Amino acid sequence: MLKVEGLHAYYGRAHILADVAFEVSSGEVVVLLGRNGAGKSTTMKSIMGLVAPASGRIAFRGTEIAGKQPFEIARLGLGYVPEDRRVFTELTVEENLEVGKRPANPDAPEWTTEKLFALFPNLARMRDRPGSQMSGGEQQMLTIARTLMGNPSLVLLDEPSEGLAPVIVEQMAKTILDLKQQGLTVLLSEQNLHFARTVADRALIIEKGRIRFAGTMAELMANEGVRAQYLSL
Amino acid sequence: MSEPVVLQAEGLAKAFGGVKAVDGVSFKVEAGRLLALIGPNGAGKTTCFNMLNGQLKPDAGRVTLGGRDITGLAPREVWALGVGRTFQITATFASMTVRENVQMALLSHHGQAWRLFGRAREAHMSEANRLLEQVGMLAQAERACGVLAYGDLKRVELAVALANAPKLLLMDEPTAGMAPRERIALMELTARIAREQGIAVLFTEHDMDVVFAHADRIIVLDRGRLIADGKAEDVRANPAVQAVYLGAGSTFGAH
Amino acid sequence: MDLIFIQMLNGLASASSLFLVASGLSIIFGVTRVVNFAHGSFYMLGAYIAWTLVTRFGPASPLGFWGGVILAALLVGVIGVLVEVLLLRRIYHAPELFQLLATFGVVLMVQDIALAVWGPQDLLGPRAPGFRSFLTIFGNRFPTYELFLICLGPIVLGALWLLFNRTRWGTLVRAATLDREMVGALGVNQRMLFTSVFFLGACLAGLGGALQLPREAVNLHMDLSIIAEAFVVVVVGGLGSVTGAYLAAVIIGVMHAFGILIFPKITLVLVFLIMAVVLVVRPHGLMGRKPSGPQHGPAVKEPLLSPATREVKMLGAAALAVLLVAPALLGAYGVSLLTELVILTLFAASLHFIMGPGGLASFGHAAYFGLGAYGAALAAKWLAAPMLAGMVVAPIFAGIAGVIFGWFCVRLSGVYLAMLTLAFAQIAWSVAFQWVELTGGDNGILGVWPAQWASGKVVYYYLALILCTAAVLALRAVIFAPFGYALRAGRDSPVRAEAIGLNVTRINWAAFIVAAVAAGIAGGLYAYFKGSVFPTYMAIPKSVDALLMVLLGGVQTVTGPIVGAFAFVWMQDWLVRAVAEYWRLVLGAAIVVIVLAFPQGLVGSLVAWRERRGDADAAEPVAEGAR
Repeated sequence: MLKVEGLHAYYGRAHILADVAFEVSSGEVVVLLGRNGAGKSTTMKSIMGLVAPASGRIAFRGTEIAGKQPFEIARLGLGYVPEDRRVFTELTVEENLEVGKRPANPDAPEWTTEKLFALFPNLARMRDRPGSQMSGGEQQMLTIARTLMGNPSLVLLDEPSEGLAPVIVEQMAKTILDLKQQGLTVLLSEQNLHFARTVADRALIIEKGRIRFAGTMAELMANEGVRAQYLSL
Repeated sequence: MSEPVVLQAEGLAKAFGGVKAVDGVSFKVEAGRLLALIGPNGAGKTTCFNMLNGQLKPDAGRVTLGGRDITGLAPREVWALGVGRTFQITATFASMTVRENVQMALLSHHGQAWRLFGRAREAHMSEANRLLEQVGMLAQAERACGVLAYGDLKRVELAVALANAPKLLLMDEPTAGMAPRERIALMELTARIAREQGIAVLFTEHDMDVVFAHADRIIVLDRGRLIADGKAEDVRANPAVQAVYLGAGSTFGAH
Repeated sequence: MDLIFIQMLNGLASASSLFLVASGLSIIFGVTRVVNFAHGSFYMLGAYIAWTLVTRFGPASPLGFWGGVILAALLVGVIGVLVEVLLLRRIYHAPELFQLLATFGVVLMVQDIALAVWGPQDLLGPRAPGFRSFLTIFGNRFPTYELFLICLGPIVLGALWLLFNRTRWGTLVRAATLDREMVGALGVNQRMLFTSVFFLGACLAGLGGALQLPREAVNLHMDLSIIAEAFVVVVVGGLGSVTGAYLAAVIIGVMHAFGILIFPKITLVLVFLIMAVVLVVRPHGLMGRKPSGPQHGPAVKEPLLSPATREVKMLGAAALAVLLVAPALLGAYGVSLLTELVILTLFAASLHFIMGPGGLASFGHAAYFGLGAYGAALAAKWLAAPMLAGMVVAPIFAGIAGVIFGWFCVRLSGVYLAMLTLAFAQIAWSVAFQWVELTGGDNGILGVWPAQWASGKVVYYYLALILCTAAVLALRAVIFAPFGYALRAGRDSPVRAEAIGLNVTRINWAAFIVAAVAAGIAGGLYAYFKGSVFPTYMAIPKSVDALLMVLLGGVQTVTGPIVGAFAFVWMQDWLVRAVAEYWRLVLGAAIVVIVLAFPQGLVGSLVAWRERRGDADAAEPVAEGAR
């Protein structure tokens, strides 16, 4: 569904991504693991068009998307949930969802406000509350719901567990598994291996801008050497 | 518990537009000890923190530092009385070198920040070097802060926070955004310095591995109220804490 | 009582136009984060285009008049779209000041274009069909057109509220105001959104201008006079808040009306007082909020600032040596030009002092230069003070203004600060312009001659060179002294600076005063150099001169403003001689081209260029965090 080949990205002079390549197939949950600064967020942003890749090919369902504008990429059915919970703070929950709303996508589950409120009952109780008056966990749920309003077939989730209480992280894991059940494909980036292993089918490890490991979650858990080297656990 | 009490908070309360963010919270930190403040997002940790460092004025309650009432003092005044801080997102002076960052803090500590003449970069060299040595950053003293790796920035922040020989260190999520191994290293360093110099440390943290490994005591906030206060194992076993915060423990390392 | 009521109505009527302009400015800023200096030009164009259309369509028929007014507003909207697409769209990622500067370039160009199309004379518009009568209120005749304007304000406010809160477009615009990148990532075409917002904002300004037709003569000064007031309205009301803009426009409109009653000479002082009171109580305006969420100014990474190397010091010494021997080689004109150059170098260095290390971008620095000049001139005129005394009065005068204005300014940052400094400069200008008894108004103060011993051009040049060199070197020394470090600390990280006991506000205030004093020295020297002072010394274009000098040279280096001043004086001298008549058009175009070609500034662009060249060698990837 998503195919990344030979991706290079820079910030000024700093070479952030070097020859990143991987694929995500329909219906999978793939996790991109790596420590802070390894290149996870840049990978996500490059796919979404928020960072212009220096070179490389990114194909989403057969369409080349490298070099396209973020809004064009989003309209093709790619959803993006940023790492720092960027809810629109002065908009209410319902208005936040309205911004994310897009026409139905034949290849993806179709979401409505009501369906999302069923998935996130917390949000249903605060429809008219402005984003600024929500807790971190609630904001994270809202950013996910907002992205789902665009009826994406693939969602990029950037560090969804960062800075959240353990009990919220458990809820998050359950939500992601729910979404997978509904037929959504997910690529998430994480530092929290415990969280990743509860949700992901496959894992990629990125370190200093290069993919160092690719395999199933079970293979990664069996490979102590790789975990020790790149995840310093 | 024979160490003297450095920071004492009694009945702290703060409401925003009718919502009680912090409601009657009391605790104390002793010299040389690390106290962790944990709780769900929105439980009032940040509000609590900001009342201690002077950014917010409490509606009720008292904060004392070494017996002296510091309630409602401005951040600058709190600092002058011996409170060092580090921030969740590192805050350093990007257009200065590592050493100049520390020198700036030292100049301020010695009341010389308003001098119009004289070279700032030659001031308090040996003292700055000693502080950098302590956190293992002396080798990088001449580098610009803007180009440092994140973990190194955190060490610079620690050196800056130690420049006024504080009695108390307030650290807001000190290890956020760091790799697991760096997290442990930074907190080990902090704990060692705190013990050696008798500094009391209060920190908030989301990484339970860090909290359980380094905190001498843990307090837990939920909806503005203190729901637990005790040693790591007691807090961990506390059913109320598990329900509102820790969960089943599947998402952090089981030691 | 009746008179008060009538003045109240007058105030409300003028508030409506002000509101139309300010709300457009506010809306555009909210979404694009660009402070559109050219908004006043849109207002002026609205008036001029409406005059042409209404005259052509027949001012007597309702359709001719109202059709002309509405068509003019729409045409201005289209002009706004052109400006957005051709210019602003390319510089959304440039630093705020460059955007402000680019739109100022548009102001200059529009001024000359309007002059070429409509000529220099004031144009009188017709009265509005259907609103020609008067109502008698408390025995006073009150035009119904004014009543119509009074009603229009709240109607437009209500319509805008509905548009922003009850339509999907409005929701998207509000979301984009908070986080435009995220809106794009959610599948919204931001470019179209920005362009449509710009259209709306420009239409409102055009409408505001067109509706002035029956009230005042259309003239070439409408642009800058309305923009300064609109800035005040936006700062008082709170940036991005339409309701705040309305409230502020009403308060200021009414105060203006009463001011004319109480002391007509200096009505703007009243406006200043209101602004002062509001900003003390609510630093972000009546309805404004502290900016929250990710800020979209590009994260300009401040480079390491180190003292001059041996080479730079040698170069400086060599330049000084050249300046010392230059009079022997140059004629009278050359010496004159050099004198102006060294004075402007100090002016630029004083602005750089707060802009660079302090990070406080002043758009009204000419106020302190001009007040220094006026200080010297007033002392000479009214106290018959000798030159040296006048030169002592100059920095004191400017310094006092720095103390008062600075106290307010340092409480704000970014574009708020830029607008507030500009508003203060505009107030200083209007006092010099309106208080004719004291300042001679537009005619200025003449006969400010240097002392006998300094009256020779070459002697005066050396005097200026010595004073300016000493002052520039002193500013440099302070930058590398503890105080300069503390100033820079407050710029780099205010929270950290406060956390190590630095009183950032007070340090910035002190720096503001130092910069004002230095600019005052330059102003005093300039007054005796020219032999006269005029209100234009404090006008917006003079402030822009200083900004151009600093930005041309590069704000991030200490040597930059000196180089910038040299480049600027040379360029201006050449421009005035080459294209005398339309120099504004050419200068405006030059500013726009410079900003488009070097959106990160000359130095920033140089750094970026070097980085791109360096890409080939950067082999090993570095961590994200190290960026």
